[in-house]
Amino acid sequence: MDVLGILSSTASFILDPTTMAYALAGLGLAIHFGFAGLLNMGMAGFMALGAYGYAIGVLTLGLPWYLAAFVGIGASIIFALILGIPTLRLRGDYLAIVTIAAAEIIRLLLLTSAFIDVTGSADGLSGFNGPGGTITNPIAGAGGFNGSNPIPDGEFGFEPFLDDERTWYLRIVGAIILAVSVFVVWRLVNSPWGRVIKGIREDEEAVRSLGKNVFAYKMQALIIGGVFGALGGLMLAFSTNVNSGVYVTSLTFFLWTALLLGGAATVFGPLVGSVIFWVLQAFLGLLFPALAKLGLLPFDSIQAAQVRFILIGVALVLLVVFRPQGIFGNKKELTFVK
Amino acid sequence: MSSNDKPATPVKSTGLHVGAIKPGVAKKDPILIADSVRRQFGGLTAVDVEHVEIPRNAITALIGPNGAGKTTFFNLLTGFDNPNTGTWSFNGKSLAGVAAFKVARMGLIRTFQLTKALSLLTVMDNMKLGSTQQRGEKLWASMFHFLWKKKDVEIEAQALDLLKRFNLDAKKDDYAASLSGGQRKLLEMARALMTKPELVMLDEPMAGVNPALTQSLLEHILNLKKEGMTVLFVEHDMHMVRHIADWVIVMAEGKVVAEGDPHEVMRNPAVIDAYLGSHQDDDLGTITGRITLPKPGKEK
Repeated sequence: MDVLGILSSTASFILDPTTMAYALAGLGLAIHFGFAGLLNMGMAGFMALGAYGYAIGVLTLGLPWYLAAFVGIGASIIFALILGIPTLRLRGDYLAIVTIAAAEIIRLLLLTSAFIDVTGSADGLSGFNGPGGTITNPIAGAGGFNGSNPIPDGEFGFEPFLDDERTWYLRIVGAIILAVSVFVVWRLVNSPWGRVIKGIREDEEAVRSLGKNVFAYKMQALIIGGVFGALGGLMLAFSTNVNSGVYVTSLTFFLWTALLLGGAATVFGPLVGSVIFWVLQAFLGLLFPALAKLGLLPFDSIQAAQVRFILIGVALVLLVVFRPQGIFGNKKELTFVK
Repeated sequence: MSSNDKPATPVKSTGLHVGAIKPGVAKKDPILIADSVRRQFGGLTAVDVEHVEIPRNAITALIGPNGAGKTTFFNLLTGFDNPNTGTWSFNGKSLAGVAAFKVARMGLIRTFQLTKALSLLTVMDNMKLGSTQQRGEKLWASMFHFLWKKKDVEIEAQALDLLKRFNLDAKKDDYAASLSGGQRKLLEMARALMTKPELVMLDEPMAGVNPALTQSLLEHILNLKKEGMTVLFVEHDMHMVRHIADWVIVMAEGKVVAEGDPHEVMRNPAVIDAYLGSHQDDDLGTITGRITLPKPGKEK
């Protein structure tokens, strides 16, 4: 068994764009659920809009990557508005049902062959990061994300973070987006605005009776959280192709696991939760097949890799039951469960 | 135990009405006027108020049997529920169709029968939420510390002052969830006062509060009047009603059935029949026949 190889591959996930994407979307969920009490089960939909908005912006609209990114963010804002106007008057659990359905609608719209020219249907979209585009679409992605990379060609860093200029550029951009996002959220939740949305989480009638426009605050929270979801989707799109098969409901549940791991009502929780989630994912995904190969597990190595998903489910259950406040959450906050 | 050194006998406001006393009688200086407010839930008419006026700068009690529609009437007046028909105005401004939060901003604030403390916020944060002056509650301004920090300090001082009066200052950094039921009532009332209201509507402020705390709550309510506020409250404790109310409105089956000065109203046979019962001042033991008191003479 290649222990060092496993550890090295695992460690690389600390700086993986996927981890950053999860952290960003998890931050959005923290605003939604942890601070405003909005039970959003459709974060995958927001991420899909961020990713597809960007890809379509580059490929179909021919925008440079930074403007295309705003297409994705704008799409998520519009989605939040459409979702919020009818549903924010609903009680928490109904919102959960509606959001899960809305995210599925988004995914199915992206999957249907009716819009194949724009969305690529089941094949998804690729080549939007450029430079140079693809064989079928040579000018596509001319203004893509990769084209803006100021880092010279070559390999940088040290194991396990020895990577080419493209990966490093992605990491740096991701880290900057993440740092700014964490700062903004930290500022927001520690401000009077944050106080109001935390009040709404506790009892919206009481906050309404104090003269606050509860609906407007919930809408703001939904939009802000949704934008972070879209940023997460963007981050995924910067690093790889977009495909509707990625933005499924289980993505939402992975995000929830990462969020609850770190602590729902915290600013750094989603970040740390995502890192732990992905490091564990990667570690178990490599460890189990290796053990299976040695004959220590009663599965073949392909099955063994799937076992981790079972463990994630178990972990989510245990977490919610025994440590609902997460790693960073304030224990006191959960001492008095409503 | 409580804050102020005020004497026990409150100064009653009198001469609040115009003309003969009857349900819906006009007031000299009404702060709130409701006309033909009706709310139906399916076949049930919960509230059907022809006309009622609440006198300004006085303490008005709204009493009536369970299910009389008192809380529903509260909800209608404050925009938490919409009536099927009716108009009502506060300070001359019509409130029909006005959203609850706007009603609160106009100076009509209410508390709830089931206390709504914001459990996982600290007592201080609960209080700060009551202020309507903080522009840092706006999304964009909230990100710039310097735009709201000064105001927050002012609000904190105001909150601390109120908390002291309500004997909650020692608890200011605790979560509201850790407060007892009575303390939550106090917190809710103090929080409502942070909005600097003109009319305070209290829904059963004494329910579940121990006698000592009741006394200090009474003083707080009397102080509100002294500070120029108008109080409308729902309460089942008749001793309290008699003690502090300047005016009593009796509701039964959604309608206003009687009005008047507390002592008069409580002698009204219709009120006794519908609500008080004929043994209201007797010891429960004598009613059930388990004990016999030497004489029913109680403190008046």
